[in-house]
Amino acid sequence: MKLKLEKKDLENFLQSLMDEYDLYAPVQLAEGVSVFKKIDRPGEVNLTQLHTQKPAKEVFFPQSERMFRYEKVGTQNQMVSVEEGKRERILLGARPCDIEAISIIEKVFVGKEYTDVYFLEKRKKTTIIGLGCNSPLSTCFCSSAGGDPFLRAGSDLFFVDLGEAYFVELLTEKGMAFHKNQFFKEADPKDLVLVKELEDRAFEKVGFSIPVDGIEKRLDLMGESSFWDRIHEKCMGCRICTYLCPTCHCFDIMDEGDPQRGQRVRHWDSCLSSLYSLETSGHNPRSTCRERTRQRLMHKFNYFPKNFHRVACVGCGRCILYCPVHFDIRQAIIWTSPKRPKTFGERMT
Amino acid sequence: MIEQKIREIAKELLSKKAVDLIIGFGEWTLPLRTTPLFIRTPEGVDRLIWNSFCENNLATYIHKFNRFKVGLVVKGCDARSVTALFLEKRFKPDQLFLIGVPCQRMVDRRKVKRAVKGEILQAREEANLIHVKGDGFEVPLKRDDFLYPSCQVCVHRTPTQANVLVGDPVEELSLVETHPDAREFEKKSPEERWRFFEKESSRCIRCYACREVCPMCYCTECFVESSNPRWIDHGPSPSDLEFYHMVRAYHQTGRCSGCGACERACPMEIRLTYLTQKLNLDVKELFNFETGIDADVLPPLSTFEMDDKQEFIK
Repeated sequence: MKLKLEKKDLENFLQSLMDEYDLYAPVQLAEGVSVFKKIDRPGEVNLTQLHTQKPAKEVFFPQSERMFRYEKVGTQNQMVSVEEGKRERILLGARPCDIEAISIIEKVFVGKEYTDVYFLEKRKKTTIIGLGCNSPLSTCFCSSAGGDPFLRAGSDLFFVDLGEAYFVELLTEKGMAFHKNQFFKEADPKDLVLVKELEDRAFEKVGFSIPVDGIEKRLDLMGESSFWDRIHEKCMGCRICTYLCPTCHCFDIMDEGDPQRGQRVRHWDSCLSSLYSLETSGHNPRSTCRERTRQRLMHKFNYFPKNFHRVACVGCGRCILYCPVHFDIRQAIIWTSPKRPKTFGERMT
Repeated sequence: MIEQKIREIAKELLSKKAVDLIIGFGEWTLPLRTTPLFIRTPEGVDRLIWNSFCENNLATYIHKFNRFKVGLVVKGCDARSVTALFLEKRFKPDQLFLIGVPCQRMVDRRKVKRAVKGEILQAREEANLIHVKGDGFEVPLKRDDFLYPSCQVCVHRTPTQANVLVGDPVEELSLVETHPDAREFEKKSPEERWRFFEKESSRCIRCYACREVCPMCYCTECFVESSNPRWIDHGPSPSDLEFYHMVRAYHQTGRCSGCGACERACPMEIRLTYLTQKLNLDVKELFNFETGIDADVLPPLSTFEMDDKQEFIK
């Protein structure tokens, strides 16, 4: 069914969602800085920024998440599990790359051998409304990383910004539940034409190719390559690229509190931090930035595909845009390839 | 031309094997940006560039490359960080060769991006203009309208202590009132100050980029990562975020060159330099000391005298 939502109805539509669901959507924290957040009032939602700084993974895998609380009652320790919210949730305005990334994280968190209840509970309760990318940035390379600017997979509903309205597609059973939504009108045939035009224009923008295909095999042979001696040099070891990455999913577990009461919390962690691999003995198997940078790239492009048959990169470009020293992951990918195009320069660093 | 001279000096240093590598700036994939370059052969020096986008403080790499003899391209602020690190005995004098460039003040890429609609795909600098080009537009922008706040106030653009100076010393004068961010902050009531600080810190995602890019943050174990004692929890609770930002700033007292690298690195665009600016002002007013200007004067918090006035004890 082809529908549309007039932008003048957007706030009312959002309010109607909020009456029934917990709504998560991009919110601007400062000029040009946005994150996904639980919405308190419809006016907060801002769908104009292509990328939020922090990706949508946060809605399912928060940066810090309490796993349980503990309390000493008499001489006994009592553990109290965390109640997930009862309400169903909606994730609105996530871009196709972020949505693809959620399915990547899901491969880890909802596996054959174990299931992460914290992730799964949130995932089950969430309806995803994706938003197509009319104007991908020059740093976007989703089309080389298994996605595209209008990829519907993973979305229950899908919006395309037509200017005055959003074109609305209902894609799954969860999405079909909205077919009688009072704010959705039937779309005109010319809206369909416009969607096609927008798609074509966006596809053209990401029409180039970064050689992600076959990278797993190439890296198999590069464990001790001199590549790693150079590629890490500029890295200063902050965590931006991993925290802003929609697919990075490492965490650390901490107990916070005192013997009387406290909580166990998991926080995002980053393989680029030296603490990440520091062992109790004081030995650190990844003692320098070289090993850490290798880990980051190997995990994304070698270990992960070995385990889950897909690279752990969706080509969103955040790590390129926000790196303080301008590390470019596209360049790293190209450098593993025998067909290095000249466009990025001939030398590695 | 500055770029050409940097290359000549770099080539000579590498040919004579006076240094193991040159760390300078090079072009990379994005417009309005440069990237730190590590050049080891005389043939590689042609990739070194100089323009108004050389925003990184390369002094930070002294720690990472401390087993090498390094030729380092430095602006005024970077050179001051080097001097401060020298006073903290972070390297031996013959380990570094400073190629000092009197700085034209660097351009704030975010400000430029916000001045135009649409993505900037190309940027070219010409005299006092930056020509930015994107899909369907090409606009000349006045360079001086887009300078980093830390660069607008800079009065030490000519590197001190450089082994060689590329170009003539520049006139040292602030384009605006000195330390406007700190002055503006001082004018606020304590409640307003707290609210401002609270709002800015609340965006922090604990990526520690502000710490990693700072040449003066080089502790093997930072207080935020110490597990015994644990000074701070790892989550985004306001008190932890505020604690981190306060302590990070305080540890810079008498050590910060005001280069602004912390603020430039922050992906959440948290304002940070008003705090360090304020500390710099206090240190100047109380001790008449400025970081990294004189290699013979120890920073006030690294030294004491028996007849210290101790006016702070009431």
